Amino acid sequence: MSVTPAKRLRGKDLVGIDPLHPGEIQLILDTADQMRSIAERPIKKVPALRGKTVVNLFFEASTRTRFSFEVAEKRLSADSLNFAASTSAVTKGETLIDTALNLEAMQPDFIVIRHQCPGAPHQLARILKSAVINAGDGAHEHPTQALLDALTIRSKRGTLEGLVVAIVGDLQHSRVVRSNVMLLSRMGAKVRVAAPPSLIPVGMETLGCEVHRRIEDAISGADVVMMLRIQLERQGRMNFPTPREFYDFYALTPERLKLAKKDALVMHPGPMNRGVEIDSRVADGPQSVILEQVTNGVAVRMAVLYLLAGGQGEPTAD
Amino acid sequence: MHRVQVLDPRELARVLERLAAEIVEQVPEDKLLYLVGVQTRGVPIAQRLAALIGASTGRKQPVGAIDISLYRDDIGPWRPAHQQPVIRDTRLDESIEGRIVVLVDDVLYTGRTVRAALDTLMDFGRPKAIRLAVLVDRGHRELPVAADFVGRTVPTARSEDVQVRINEVDGEDGVWLYREVAP
Repeated sequence: MSVTPAKRLRGKDLVGIDPLHPGEIQLILDTADQMRSIAERPIKKVPALRGKTVVNLFFEASTRTRFSFEVAEKRLSADSLNFAASTSAVTKGETLIDTALNLEAMQPDFIVIRHQCPGAPHQLARILKSAVINAGDGAHEHPTQALLDALTIRSKRGTLEGLVVAIVGDLQHSRVVRSNVMLLSRMGAKVRVAAPPSLIPVGMETLGCEVHRRIEDAISGADVVMMLRIQLERQGRMNFPTPREFYDFYALTPERLKLAKKDALVMHPGPMNRGVEIDSRVADGPQSVILEQVTNGVAVRMAVLYLLAGGQGEPTAD
Repeated sequence: MHRVQVLDPRELARVLERLAAEIVEQVPEDKLLYLVGVQTRGVPIAQRLAALIGASTGRKQPVGAIDISLYRDDIGPWRPAHQQPVIRDTRLDESIEGRIVVLVDDVLYTGRTVRAALDTLMDFGRPKAIRLAVLVDRGHRELPVAADFVGRTVPTARSEDVQVRINEVDGEDGVWLYREVAP
Protein backbone atom coordinates (compact mmCIF):
# COMPACT_ATOMS: atom_id res chain seq x y z
CA MET A 1 0.00 0.00 0.00
CA SER A 2 1.52 3.29 -0.99
CA VAL A 3 0.18 6.63 0.14
CA THR A 4 -1.64 8.68 -2.49
CA PRO A 5 -0.20 12.20 -2.60
CA ALA A 6 -2.54 15.02 -1.58
CA LYS A 7 -3.44 17.63 -4.21
CA ARG A 8 -2.10 20.43 -2.04
CA LEU A 9 -1.03 21.34 1.48
CA ARG A 10 -3.95 22.37 3.66
CA GLY A 11 -2.18 24.91 5.84
CA LYS A 12 -0.65 28.24 4.94
CA ASP A 13 2.42 27.32 7.03
CA LEU A 14 4.73 24.42 7.75
CA VAL A 15 5.12 24.53 11.52
CA GLY A 16 5.77 20.84 12.04
CA ILE A 17 5.26 17.28 10.89
CA ASP A 18 2.51 16.86 13.48
CA PRO A 19 -0.24 18.69 11.53
CA LEU A 20 0.57 16.89 8.24
CA HIS A 21 -1.42 14.00 6.80
CA PRO A 22 0.47 11.14 5.11
CA GLY A 23 -0.82 12.37 1.74
CA GLU A 24 0.68 15.81 2.34
CA ILE A 25 4.02 14.25 3.30
CA GLN A 26 3.89 12.19 0.12
CA LEU A 27 3.16 15.31 -1.94
CA ILE A 28 6.18 17.13 -0.46
CA LEU A 29 8.47 14.13 -1.07
CA ASP A 30 7.23 13.63 -4.65
CA THR A 31 7.70 17.33 -5.40
CA ALA A 32 11.18 17.27 -3.82
CA ASP A 33 12.12 14.32 -6.04
CA GLN A 34 11.53 16.55 -9.06
CA MET A 35 13.32 19.52 -7.49
CA ARG A 36 16.50 17.45 -7.16
CA SER A 37 17.12 17.41 -10.90
CA ILE A 38 17.23 21.22 -11.07
CA ALA A 39 20.65 21.09 -9.38
CA GLU A 40 21.95 19.10 -12.36
CA ARG A 41 20.82 21.59 -14.99
CA PRO A 42 23.17 24.02 -16.74
CA ILE A 43 21.16 26.86 -15.17
CA LYS A 44 20.32 25.80 -11.63
CA LYS A 45 17.46 28.20 -11.27
CA VAL A 46 13.78 28.29 -12.19
CA PRO A 47 11.49 31.35 -12.09
CA ALA A 48 8.74 29.76 -9.95
CA LEU A 49 9.02 32.21 -7.01
CA ARG A 50 10.13 35.27 -8.94
CA GLY A 51 9.13 38.40 -7.07
CA LYS A 52 8.52 36.56 -3.79
CA THR A 53 10.40 37.61 -0.69
CA VAL A 54 11.61 35.25 2.02
CA VAL A 55 12.88 36.39 5.39
CA ASN A 56 15.23 33.93 7.06
CA LEU A 57 14.78 34.68 10.74
CA PHE A 58 17.44 32.77 12.64
CA PHE A 59 17.59 33.31 16.40
CA GLU A 60 19.96 30.38 16.83
CA ALA A 61 23.23 29.43 15.22
CA SER A 62 22.90 27.42 12.03
CA THR A 63 25.03 26.91 8.96
CA ARG A 64 23.52 23.93 7.20
CA THR A 65 19.84 24.76 7.57
CA ARG A 66 20.21 28.48 6.89
CA PHE A 67 22.38 27.90 3.84
CA SER A 68 20.11 25.17 2.62
CA PHE A 69 17.05 27.42 2.82
CA GLU A 70 18.94 30.21 1.12
CA VAL A 71 20.07 27.97 -1.73
CA ALA A 72 16.50 26.67 -2.11
CA GLU A 73 15.13 30.22 -2.22
CA LYS A 74 17.69 31.31 -4.81
CA ARG A 75 17.11 28.24 -7.01
CA LEU A 76 13.42 29.22 -7.11
CA SER A 77 14.28 32.88 -7.88
CA ALA A 78 12.88 34.25 -4.61
CA ASP A 79 14.59 37.20 -2.93
CA SER A 80 15.98 36.23 0.46
CA LEU A 81 16.72 38.48 3.40
CA ASN A 82 18.80 37.15 6.23
CA PHE A 83 18.34 38.07 9.83
CA ALA A 84 20.77 37.10 12.55
CA ALA A 85 19.64 37.72 16.11
CA SER A 86 23.13 38.74 17.21
CA THR A 87 23.22 41.81 14.93
CA SER A 88 19.54 42.79 15.26
CA ALA A 89 17.33 44.92 17.48
CA VAL A 90 16.68 41.79 19.55
CA THR A 91 19.87 42.74 21.36
CA LYS A 92 18.07 45.99 22.27
CA GLY A 93 15.21 44.05 23.86
CA GLU A 94 12.69 43.81 21.03
CA THR A 95 10.24 40.91 21.45
CA LEU A 96 9.82 38.14 18.89
CA ILE A 97 6.31 39.31 18.00
CA ASP A 98 7.41 42.91 17.49
CA THR A 99 10.35 41.83 15.38
CA ALA A 100 8.08 39.67 13.25
CA LEU A 101 5.35 42.31 12.87
CA ASN A 102 7.94 44.87 11.82
CA LEU A 103 9.38 42.48 9.26
CA GLU A 104 5.91 41.67 8.00
CA ALA A 105 5.22 45.36 7.49
CA MET A 106 7.76 45.05 4.65
CA GLN A 107 5.48 42.47 2.97
CA PRO A 108 7.52 39.28 2.81
CA ASP A 109 5.73 36.20 1.46
CA PHE A 110 7.54 33.68 3.64
CA ILE A 111 9.16 33.75 7.04
CA VAL A 112 11.57 30.92 7.82
CA ILE A 113 12.19 30.87 11.54
CA ARG A 114 14.57 29.09 13.85
CA HIS A 115 14.05 29.86 17.52
CA GLN A 116 15.15 28.38 20.82
CA CYS A 117 11.58 28.41 22.17
CA PRO A 118 9.26 25.55 21.23
CA GLY A 119 6.11 26.93 19.64
CA ALA A 120 7.64 30.20 18.42
CA PRO A 121 6.85 29.41 14.74
CA HIS A 122 3.30 28.41 15.70
CA GLN A 123 2.74 31.73 17.43
CA LEU A 124 4.04 33.66 14.43
CA ALA A 125 1.93 31.56 12.08
CA ARG A 126 -1.20 32.59 13.97
CA ILE A 127 -0.35 36.28 13.89
CA LEU A 128 1.23 36.74 10.47
CA LYS A 129 -0.25 36.66 7.00
CA SER A 130 3.04 35.39 5.54
CA ALA A 131 3.63 31.66 5.27
CA VAL A 132 5.73 30.57 8.26
CA ILE A 133 8.20 27.70 7.92
CA ASN A 134 9.67 26.16 11.04
CA ALA A 135 13.44 25.69 10.69
CA GLY A 136 13.71 24.29 14.22
CA ASP A 137 11.99 25.38 17.44
CA GLY A 138 13.78 24.40 20.63
CA ALA A 139 13.63 20.67 21.23
CA HIS A 140 10.20 20.49 19.56
CA GLU A 141 10.19 20.05 15.77
CA HIS A 142 12.41 20.41 12.73
CA PRO A 143 10.05 19.39 9.95
CA THR A 144 12.25 20.03 6.91
CA GLN A 145 15.01 17.89 8.47
CA ALA A 146 12.61 14.96 8.90
CA LEU A 147 11.38 15.45 5.32
CA LEU A 148 14.91 15.43 3.91
CA ASP A 149 15.75 12.33 5.95
CA ALA A 150 12.65 10.63 4.57
CA LEU A 151 13.53 11.70 1.02
CA THR A 152 17.04 10.26 1.45
CA ILE A 153 15.74 6.94 2.77
CA ARG A 154 13.03 6.73 0.12
CA SER A 155 15.44 7.45 -2.74
CA LYS A 156 17.73 4.66 -1.52
CA ARG A 157 15.09 2.09 -0.56
CA GLY A 158 12.15 3.06 -2.78
CA THR A 159 9.73 3.27 0.13
CA LEU A 160 9.48 4.06 3.83
CA GLU A 161 6.87 1.47 4.52
CA GLY A 162 7.97 -1.53 6.54
CA LEU A 163 11.51 -0.26 7.13
CA VAL A 164 13.08 -0.40 10.59
CA VAL A 165 14.72 2.90 11.45
CA ALA A 166 16.89 3.22 14.58
CA ILE A 167 17.53 6.71 15.97
CA VAL A 168 20.25 6.89 18.60
CA GLY A 169 21.79 9.72 20.59
CA ASP A 170 20.66 12.77 22.50
CA LEU A 171 16.88 12.27 22.38
CA GLN A 172 16.32 14.74 25.20
CA HIS A 173 17.49 17.83 23.33
CA SER A 174 16.67 16.75 19.79
CA ARG A 175 13.94 18.31 17.67
CA VAL A 176 15.09 16.09 14.82
CA VAL A 177 14.01 12.92 16.60
CA ARG A 178 10.50 14.19 17.32
CA SER A 179 9.81 15.21 13.73
CA ASN A 180 11.39 12.03 12.43
CA VAL A 181 9.45 9.67 14.69
CA MET A 182 6.17 11.32 13.72
CA LEU A 183 6.94 11.34 10.01
CA LEU A 184 8.38 7.84 9.74
CA SER A 185 5.70 6.16 11.83
CA ARG A 186 2.99 8.00 9.89
CA MET A 187 4.47 6.71 6.64
CA GLY A 188 4.52 3.09 7.84
CA ALA A 189 8.12 2.69 9.07
CA LYS A 190 8.93 1.13 12.41
CA VAL A 191 11.01 3.45 14.57
CA ARG A 192 13.24 2.44 17.47
CA VAL A 193 15.09 5.00 19.55
CA ALA A 194 17.92 4.50 22.01
CA ALA A 195 19.79 6.69 24.50
CA PRO A 196 21.13 6.59 28.03
CA PRO A 197 18.15 6.81 30.42
CA SER A 198 19.21 10.33 31.39
CA LEU A 199 18.72 11.46 27.76
CA ILE A 200 15.31 9.84 27.18
CA PRO A 201 12.49 12.36 27.60
CA VAL A 202 9.42 11.29 29.55
CA GLY A 203 6.65 10.00 27.29
CA MET A 204 8.91 9.35 24.28
CA GLU A 205 7.01 6.14 23.45
CA THR A 206 3.76 8.09 23.02
CA LEU A 207 5.16 9.50 19.77
CA GLY A 208 4.91 6.02 18.28
CA CYS A 209 8.33 4.44 18.69
CA GLU A 210 10.03 1.65 20.64
CA VAL A 211 12.33 3.05 23.32
CA HIS A 212 15.58 1.23 24.14
CA ARG A 213 18.40 1.88 26.55
CA ARG A 214 21.04 -0.03 24.64
CA ILE A 215 22.10 0.97 21.14
CA GLU A 216 22.58 -2.70 20.26
CA ASP A 217 18.88 -3.46 20.87
CA ALA A 218 17.79 -0.58 18.66
CA ILE A 219 20.05 -1.17 15.69
CA SER A 220 19.84 -4.96 15.44
CA GLY A 221 18.42 -5.77 12.01
CA ALA A 222 17.69 -2.10 11.26
CA ASP A 223 17.46 -0.81 7.66
CA VAL A 224 18.56 2.67 8.69
CA VAL A 225 20.68 3.89 11.62
CA MET A 226 20.36 7.59 12.30
CA MET A 227 22.72 9.04 14.87
CA LEU A 228 21.91 12.29 16.69
CA ARG A 229 24.43 14.83 17.81
CA ILE A 230 25.24 15.01 21.49
CA GLN A 231 24.29 18.63 22.07
CA LEU A 232 27.16 19.45 24.39
CA GLU A 233 26.10 23.12 24.49
CA ARG A 234 22.64 22.18 25.76
CA GLN A 235 23.69 19.85 28.59
CA GLY A 236 22.75 22.05 31.56
CA ARG A 237 24.17 19.39 33.82
CA MET A 238 26.05 16.55 32.26
CA ASN A 239 23.61 13.75 31.55
CA PHE A 240 26.44 11.27 31.08
CA PRO A 241 29.88 11.09 32.68
CA THR A 242 32.13 11.98 29.72
CA PRO A 243 31.97 12.12 25.91
CA ARG A 244 34.52 9.30 25.95
CA GLU A 245 32.19 7.09 27.99
CA PHE A 246 29.30 7.97 25.69
CA TYR A 247 31.43 6.78 22.79
CA ASP A 248 32.15 3.49 24.55
CA PHE A 249 28.50 2.69 25.20
CA TYR A 250 26.48 4.47 22.52
CA ALA A 251 28.59 5.48 19.52
CA LEU A 252 28.00 3.93 16.13
CA THR A 253 31.23 2.02 15.51
CA PRO A 254 32.04 -0.36 12.65
CA GLU A 255 31.54 -3.28 15.06
CA ARG A 256 28.10 -2.13 16.19
CA LEU A 257 27.03 -1.31 12.63
CA LYS A 258 27.43 -5.02 11.80
CA LEU A 259 24.35 -5.66 13.97
CA ALA A 260 22.19 -3.73 11.51
CA LYS A 261 21.22 -5.06 8.06
CA LYS A 262 24.22 -5.63 5.81
CA ASP A 263 23.48 -2.61 3.60
CA ALA A 264 21.88 -0.44 6.31
CA LEU A 265 22.04 3.31 5.66
CA VAL A 266 24.00 5.46 8.10
CA MET A 267 22.56 8.93 8.62
CA HIS A 268 23.34 11.98 10.76
CA PRO A 269 21.63 15.38 10.63
CA GLY A 270 24.93 17.16 11.37
CA PRO A 271 26.95 18.76 12.72
CA MET A 272 28.73 15.55 13.78
CA ASN A 273 30.81 15.06 16.89
CA ARG A 274 33.26 12.58 15.45
CA GLY A 275 34.43 10.18 18.10
CA VAL A 276 31.46 10.94 20.38
CA GLU A 277 28.24 9.62 18.80
CA ILE A 278 29.74 8.42 15.54
CA ASP A 279 33.06 6.86 14.59
CA SER A 280 34.80 8.44 11.60
CA ARG A 281 35.17 5.06 9.93
CA VAL A 282 31.36 4.83 9.85
CA ALA A 283 30.69 8.48 9.06
CA ASP A 284 33.00 8.31 6.03
CA GLY A 285 32.22 4.67 5.20
CA PRO A 286 30.39 3.23 2.20
CA GLN A 287 27.05 2.99 4.01
CA SER A 288 27.01 6.67 4.95
CA VAL A 289 24.49 8.89 3.14
CA ILE A 290 25.23 11.91 5.32
CA LEU A 291 26.21 14.22 2.48
CA GLU A 292 23.27 13.09 0.34
CA GLN A 293 21.07 14.24 3.21
CA VAL A 294 22.49 17.73 2.74
CA THR A 295 21.82 17.68 -1.02
CA ASN A 296 18.28 16.46 -0.43
CA GLY A 297 17.75 19.23 2.12
CA VAL A 298 17.80 21.82 -0.64
CA ALA A 299 15.29 19.85 -2.72
CA VAL A 300 12.90 19.41 0.22
CA ARG A 301 13.01 23.11 1.07
CA MET A 302 12.37 24.02 -2.56
CA ALA A 303 9.36 21.71 -2.54
CA VAL A 304 7.95 23.22 0.65
CA LEU A 305 8.38 26.79 -0.63
CA TYR A 306 6.82 25.92 -3.98
CA LEU A 307 3.84 24.13 -2.45
CA LEU A 308 3.18 26.81 0.17
CA ALA A 309 3.30 29.48 -2.56
CA GLY A 310 0.08 27.92 -3.84
CA GLY A 311 -1.67 29.49 -0.87
CA GLN A 312 -4.61 28.33 1.11
CA GLY A 313 -7.92 27.49 -0.41
CA GLU A 314 -10.91 25.25 -0.53
CA PRO A 315 -10.36 21.67 -1.61
CA THR A 316 -11.10 21.24 -5.28
CA ALA A 317 -13.16 18.59 -6.98
CA ASP A 318 -10.67 17.47 -9.63
CA MET B 1 -22.03 18.38 -20.81
CA HIS B 2 -22.35 17.35 -24.41
CA ARG B 3 -19.42 15.41 -25.84
CA VAL B 4 -18.48 15.35 -29.54
CA GLN B 5 -15.70 13.20 -30.89
CA VAL B 6 -13.30 15.24 -33.03
CA LEU B 7 -10.84 12.46 -33.84
CA ASP B 8 -11.29 8.72 -33.43
CA PRO B 9 -8.25 6.45 -32.92
CA ARG B 10 -7.83 5.80 -36.69
CA GLU B 11 -8.05 9.48 -37.55
CA LEU B 12 -5.64 10.35 -34.76
CA ALA B 13 -3.11 7.87 -36.15
CA ARG B 14 -3.46 9.38 -39.64
CA VAL B 15 -3.03 12.91 -38.29
CA LEU B 16 0.18 11.84 -36.55
CA GLU B 17 1.47 10.26 -39.79
CA ARG B 18 0.84 13.49 -41.65
CA LEU B 19 2.52 15.58 -38.90
CA ALA B 20 5.56 13.30 -38.99
CA ALA B 21 5.77 13.60 -42.79
CA GLU B 22 5.53 17.40 -42.58
CA ILE B 23 8.27 17.58 -39.98
CA VAL B 24 10.58 15.39 -42.10
CA GLU B 25 9.85 17.54 -45.14
CA GLN B 26 10.45 20.86 -43.41
CA VAL B 27 13.42 19.84 -41.28
CA PRO B 28 15.66 18.08 -43.79
CA GLU B 29 18.67 18.18 -41.42
CA ASP B 30 17.39 15.12 -39.59
CA LYS B 31 20.61 14.82 -37.58
CA LEU B 32 19.74 18.12 -35.92
CA LEU B 33 16.10 17.26 -35.25
CA TYR B 34 15.15 16.81 -31.59
CA LEU B 35 11.52 16.23 -30.58
CA VAL B 36 10.67 17.52 -27.11
CA GLY B 37 7.27 16.76 -25.61
CA VAL B 38 5.59 19.00 -23.05
CA GLN B 39 4.38 17.02 -20.02
CA THR B 40 2.03 15.23 -19.76
CA ARG B 41 0.45 14.27 -23.10
CA GLY B 42 2.98 16.01 -25.32
CA VAL B 43 5.50 13.36 -24.33
CA PRO B 44 3.78 10.23 -25.70
CA ILE B 45 2.73 12.22 -28.79
CA ALA B 46 6.40 13.17 -29.35
CA GLN B 47 7.40 9.53 -28.90
CA ARG B 48 4.91 8.40 -31.52
CA LEU B 49 6.04 11.09 -33.94
CA ALA B 50 9.65 10.03 -33.32
CA ALA B 51 8.83 6.42 -34.14
CA LEU B 52 7.14 7.49 -37.40
CA ILE B 53 10.00 9.82 -38.32
CA GLY B 54 12.57 7.16 -37.44
CA ALA B 55 10.82 4.68 -39.71
CA SER B 56 11.03 7.08 -42.64
CA THR B 57 14.60 8.38 -42.09
CA GLY B 58 16.08 5.10 -40.83
CA ARG B 59 17.68 7.02 -37.97
CA LYS B 60 16.76 6.62 -34.31
CA GLN B 61 14.99 9.84 -33.48
CA PRO B 62 15.75 11.19 -29.97
CA VAL B 63 12.87 12.38 -27.77
CA GLY B 64 13.04 14.65 -24.75
CA ALA B 65 10.46 15.71 -22.18
CA ILE B 66 10.02 19.00 -20.36
CA ASP B 67 7.80 20.00 -17.49
CA ILE B 68 6.85 23.67 -17.51
CA SER B 69 5.23 23.95 -14.05
CA LEU B 70 8.05 26.00 -12.54
CA TYR B 71 7.97 28.42 -15.48
CA ARG B 72 4.23 29.09 -15.53
CA ASP B 73 2.90 32.62 -15.18
CA ASP B 74 0.01 31.54 -12.98
CA ILE B 75 1.58 29.74 -10.05
CA GLY B 76 0.88 31.20 -6.67
CA PRO B 77 -2.25 31.89 -4.65
CA TRP B 78 -4.07 33.45 -7.60
CA ARG B 79 -4.56 30.03 -9.16
CA PRO B 80 -8.26 29.29 -8.82
CA ALA B 81 -7.78 25.87 -7.27
CA HIS B 82 -5.04 26.99 -4.85
CA GLN B 83 -3.24 23.95 -6.03
CA GLN B 84 0.22 23.96 -7.47
CA PRO B 85 0.70 21.96 -10.65
CA VAL B 86 2.25 18.53 -10.08
CA ILE B 87 5.84 18.63 -11.33
CA ARG B 88 6.76 15.82 -13.71
CA ASP B 89 10.04 14.70 -15.24
CA THR B 90 12.18 16.98 -17.35
CA ARG B 91 14.49 14.69 -19.35
CA LEU B 92 16.76 16.07 -22.04
CA ASP B 93 19.34 13.30 -22.42
CA GLU B 94 20.90 15.00 -25.43
CA SER B 95 22.00 18.61 -25.49
CA ILE B 96 19.64 20.99 -27.30
CA GLU B 97 22.62 23.21 -28.24
CA GLY B 98 22.55 23.89 -32.00
CA ARG B 99 19.60 21.51 -32.54
CA ILE B 100 16.33 22.07 -34.32
CA VAL B 101 13.91 21.42 -31.50
CA VAL B 102 10.34 20.56 -32.37
CA LEU B 103 8.28 21.24 -29.29
CA VAL B 104 5.27 18.89 -29.14
CA ASP B 105 2.06 19.50 -27.18
CA ASP B 106 -1.46 18.16 -27.32
CA VAL B 107 -3.58 21.34 -27.44
CA LEU B 108 -2.62 24.89 -28.42
CA TYR B 109 -4.97 27.34 -26.67
CA THR B 110 -3.85 30.60 -25.01
CA GLY B 111 -0.19 30.12 -25.93
CA ARG B 112 0.90 30.53 -22.30
CA THR B 113 2.17 26.96 -22.02
CA VAL B 114 4.28 27.50 -25.13
CA ARG B 115 5.77 30.69 -23.66
CA ALA B 116 6.69 28.77 -20.50
CA ALA B 117 8.09 25.90 -22.58
CA LEU B 118 10.28 28.28 -24.60
CA ASP B 119 11.71 29.76 -21.40
CA THR B 120 12.31 26.27 -20.00
CA LEU B 121 14.16 25.20 -23.14
CA MET B 122 16.32 28.33 -23.24
CA ASP B 123 17.65 27.47 -19.77
CA PHE B 124 19.03 24.23 -21.21
CA GLY B 125 20.99 25.78 -24.07
CA ARG B 126 20.74 27.65 -27.35
CA PRO B 127 19.00 25.64 -30.04
CA LYS B 128 19.43 26.57 -33.71
CA ALA B 129 15.66 26.84 -33.99
CA ILE B 130 12.52 25.88 -32.11
CA ARG B 131 9.38 24.80 -33.99
CA LEU B 132 5.99 23.98 -32.55
CA ALA B 133 3.87 20.93 -33.36
CA VAL B 134 0.43 20.47 -31.81
CA LEU B 135 -2.23 17.84 -32.25
CA VAL B 136 -5.10 20.32 -31.90
CA ASP B 137 -5.21 24.10 -32.33
CA ARG B 138 -8.39 25.36 -30.67
CA GLY B 139 -7.75 29.12 -31.05
CA HIS B 140 -8.18 31.91 -28.44
CA ARG B 141 -4.53 32.94 -28.28
CA GLU B 142 -3.54 35.38 -25.52
CA LEU B 143 0.08 35.61 -26.66
CA PRO B 144 1.59 36.01 -30.15
CA VAL B 145 2.25 32.30 -30.66
CA ALA B 146 1.62 30.19 -33.77
CA ALA B 147 2.23 26.52 -34.45
CA ASP B 148 4.39 25.33 -37.36
CA PHE B 149 2.70 21.93 -37.53
CA VAL B 150 -0.98 21.53 -36.68
CA GLY B 151 -2.76 18.18 -36.59
CA ARG B 152 -6.32 19.51 -36.61
CA THR B 153 -7.72 23.02 -36.24
CA VAL B 154 -10.86 22.90 -34.13
CA PRO B 155 -12.93 26.10 -33.88
CA THR B 156 -14.16 26.36 -30.29
CA ALA B 157 -15.88 28.71 -27.91
CA ARG B 158 -14.02 29.62 -24.71
CA SER B 159 -16.73 27.87 -22.70
CA GLU B 160 -15.95 24.63 -24.49
CA ASP B 161 -13.24 22.21 -23.50
CA VAL B 162 -11.01 20.12 -25.76
CA GLN B 163 -9.72 16.85 -24.37
CA VAL B 164 -6.98 14.87 -26.01
CA ARG B 165 -6.72 11.33 -24.70
CA ILE B 166 -3.61 9.30 -25.44
CA ASN B 167 -3.37 5.60 -24.80
CA GLU B 168 -0.10 5.79 -22.83
CA VAL B 169 -1.63 8.24 -20.33
CA ASP B 170 -5.40 7.74 -20.55
CA GLY B 171 -5.83 4.20 -21.81
CA GLU B 172 -7.50 5.28 -25.07
CA ASP B 173 -6.82 7.40 -28.14
CA GLY B 174 -9.05 10.20 -29.36
CA VAL B 175 -9.96 13.88 -29.23
CA TRP B 176 -13.24 15.15 -27.83
CA LEU B 177 -14.97 18.50 -27.62
CA TYR B 178 -17.09 19.14 -24.53
CA ARG B 179 -19.74 21.83 -24.59
CA GLU B 180 -22.39 23.02 -22.15
CA VAL B 181 -25.83 21.93 -23.24
CA ALA B 182 -28.14 24.93 -23.65
CA PRO B 183 -30.67 24.96 -20.80
